[in-house]
Amino acid sequence: MEDPILEMRGISKSFPGVKALKNVNLVVRAGEIHAICGENGAGKSTLMKVLSGVYPYGSYEGDIVYQGEERRFSSISDSEHLGVIIIHQELALVPLLSIAENIFLGNEPSRMGVIDWSEAFSRTRDLLKKVGLNESPNALITNIGVGKQQLVEIAKALAKRVKLLILDEPTASLNETDSAALLDLLLEFKRQGLTCIIISHKLNEIARVADSITILRDGSTVETIDCRTEEISEGRIIKSMVGREMSDRYPPREPKIGETLFEVRDWQVEHPQHPGRKVIKGVDLKVRAGEVVGIAGLMGSGRTELAMSIFGGAYGRNITGQASMRGQPVDVSSIQKAVGAGLAYVTEDRKALGLILNDDIKHNISLVNLPGVAKAGVIDDATETHVANRYRKQLNIRSSSILQKTLNLSGGNQQKVVLSKWLFADPQVLMLDEPTRGIDVGAKYEIYTIINELAASGRGVIVISSEMPELLGICDRIYVMNEGRFVDEMPASEASQEKIMAAIMRQYRVTA
Amino acid sequence: MTEATSAPTATPVGAGTGTSWKSHIREYGLLGSLLVIMVFFQIMTDGVLLQPVNITNLIQQNSYIVIMALGMLFVIVGGNIDLSVGSIVGFVGAIAALLMVGFTLPGTEIFIKVHWFPVILLSLALGGLIGAAQGWFVAYAAIPAFIVTLGGMLIFRGLTGNMLAGQFVGPFANDFQNISKGFIPEFITATAQGFKWTSMLLGAAIAAALFAFDFRKWSRAGAQEIDREPAPLFIGKNLVFAALILGVTYLLASYRGLPVVLVIMGALILFYNFVTTRTVIGRRIYALGGNAQAARLSGIKTQRLAFLTFVNMGVLAGLAGLIVAARLNSATPSAGNSFELDVIAACFIGGVSASGGAGRVMGVVIGAFFMGIMNNGMSILGIGIFWQQVVKGFVLLAAVYLDVYNKSK
Repeated sequence: MEDPILEMRGISKSFPGVKALKNVNLVVRAGEIHAICGENGAGKSTLMKVLSGVYPYGSYEGDIVYQGEERRFSSISDSEHLGVIIIHQELALVPLLSIAENIFLGNEPSRMGVIDWSEAFSRTRDLLKKVGLNESPNALITNIGVGKQQLVEIAKALAKRVKLLILDEPTASLNETDSAALLDLLLEFKRQGLTCIIISHKLNEIARVADSITILRDGSTVETIDCRTEEISEGRIIKSMVGREMSDRYPPREPKIGETLFEVRDWQVEHPQHPGRKVIKGVDLKVRAGEVVGIAGLMGSGRTELAMSIFGGAYGRNITGQASMRGQPVDVSSIQKAVGAGLAYVTEDRKALGLILNDDIKHNISLVNLPGVAKAGVIDDATETHVANRYRKQLNIRSSSILQKTLNLSGGNQQKVVLSKWLFADPQVLMLDEPTRGIDVGAKYEIYTIINELAASGRGVIVISSEMPELLGICDRIYVMNEGRFVDEMPASEASQEKIMAAIMRQYRVTA
Repeated sequence: MTEATSAPTATPVGAGTGTSWKSHIREYGLLGSLLVIMVFFQIMTDGVLLQPVNITNLIQQNSYIVIMALGMLFVIVGGNIDLSVGSIVGFVGAIAALLMVGFTLPGTEIFIKVHWFPVILLSLALGGLIGAAQGWFVAYAAIPAFIVTLGGMLIFRGLTGNMLAGQFVGPFANDFQNISKGFIPEFITATAQGFKWTSMLLGAAIAAALFAFDFRKWSRAGAQEIDREPAPLFIGKNLVFAALILGVTYLLASYRGLPVVLVIMGALILFYNFVTTRTVIGRRIYALGGNAQAARLSGIKTQRLAFLTFVNMGVLAGLAGLIVAARLNSATPSAGNSFELDVIAACFIGGVSASGGAGRVMGVVIGAFFMGIMNNGMSILGIGIFWQQVVKGFVLLAAVYLDVYNKSK
């Protein structure tokens, strides 16, 4: 077995109110892919920030030994200098700069302050070849897809002569094809001798690429599994992560489906910036009382655009089509009217579009339905506090109190706050856009349970998800969307990942 | 939720009194620094600062800054800025002056002269209209507020100059001047020299009411187990606050009583404090500034809210224009010059977040008086106007730096 390239010993780190890491140990051997697993809030990202110097030496306890020497990084540039490169979940690329400019940002090949562009471009071409990205170095980041952006990040790391590459949720926003390509790339780098630490919630991916897995729970190390000596299964990892056996990833569901609750017919939407370009090309959608309906499809198939355009025209222009609730036509031409008609849309981007991050849990929960905690326009603090406490308890929002800023919550708990906000508005139909993206297994189960309870109470739930097993696990019926159209519809009992993919591909064959 | 999925909660550390003290002490740092510079200038000016006549002056000179800062608080919290308020002060003051003094309609023989009372209403409406026009460009046409109000600043300053053609327009009726220079009527002592008991009692009643209100809120927080300031801090803060109000009232009462403009200002402070902390519309403005996209997707009419903050600002700037005109007893082309800078500085010294979403009425009021006391104290000391600007600039920078530094810790 190779020598360790990195040892983190007895790492502890506290934030005001919370002890994030408690005596964590991590040993990474040279040339391996080392996965770090754990629920949201288990301390994975914090540990990596300690390693990379985001939290400088002195702000944590414990030792970091890298390449045989104790290191005291006081900033990211210290760790990058030694080849420790971290790629964050939120990509750190400048959208309006080119690929080459991004790759050499802060690291420009230059002579006396003047950038040598020809060298930058030729090196960029080499790097792009290495990561298998077929784009011009001149292409602007904003014009390439998120999967390619991820590859640019990796090329950027390679440009800095990376020895230990840390990837935080690298496939969270990638579709299955891009994810698979990325993982293949990591395996290829491993053959070339690069060491990788990968943080991921996607256990099937970890099982595929990892040589060792360190599992964190509540800020402590649970164990390190060596995948070369032990057969590894997703169930084995989950058990260790949550500290219990999780026999079923989806809560049991006994649907009681009633009459049609909400329906849209011939829904058409044009792109907001390019009038005349149809993004949604005539969709008929309906959801019955007590039903959970899934919308499957690839990235860019128009699922989010469909949901947001229905939700008061939050997306698009020149929207046409009929919407009806319980058979009666409803006006959903503004967000206020859509909310009034009983619709809710829970965004896929909870940080940018869902939460006031700088405000506390209490104020976020009451935001949609402020009149519900107010009399004649005056907010009653006691009622508001009561409501917030109720949802905090009901949805198990882990926090020091309802006065904690949502900025400091983990992804799963942030999602629960966004859900609480909409539950308090008491909608008839909820459109949940990627409700479990970037959320750990335990919190996912909780979200699924909430979805079940909503349906059981006679509401209609529409779930958009890129994880097909999730749709198959929680939905009663699934629409398959592609290129702005519903191309198929099937009961979940008859659906499978293959059938869904086939429906998407069939359409390509017809149009080709 | 299901039993099987509940994991242990992250252990809170120091959730007790330790962090509570810290977080609350920072809140009152501003009040503390106001007291410090008061003591400083009181000593440096050999006691002139807190002489009754000077306190009265101080309040009359700064009232319009405080009043406009209240409006600016909403504009900045909503994520915008308004650079035009100084020009609106001049413009509304000029229109009001012309209407009250009377003028001949250009190209005709028609002479127009209006009583001061309808002029007040017209001026407030005019301010609101100007705010609405600028607010429309910002909120509905999506032009950055900095640009729109920079335009407004030039336009209304220019119009004021044209209208007044370099002349001072005045004087005004005594009743109108009293908005700025008057004092509340005395019922107990009618003599001009005696102690003004009505003012004193009114001040005492206000101090008592504020304490009662704050105490109710504090004890309620205790009952609901909400994080509240520790008892010594709560009592200390209220004692300082009550002493400040009673002390100032005593000084005012031993001169000519409570200025009318102080009553107007006080009522507006209470009103806007209520709006920011207790009302639905106030909360929504904070949400707008905190995350406009999330607020919009929560069904909040974000454009209309931003628009309304400008209308409100315009009305308050109109009011300030009247007060300034009444104080000078004339309208001048330069009235309100660079007021926008004092108003914006007051907001930032008072802890309003430059990126929107955060800021408190009491902070802004203290920030405005901080600036006012510095102006006044340095003037008494005979420090030249240009050096005063240098000092104020550094104070603004230091205040915001401290704020940012504290937050990053």
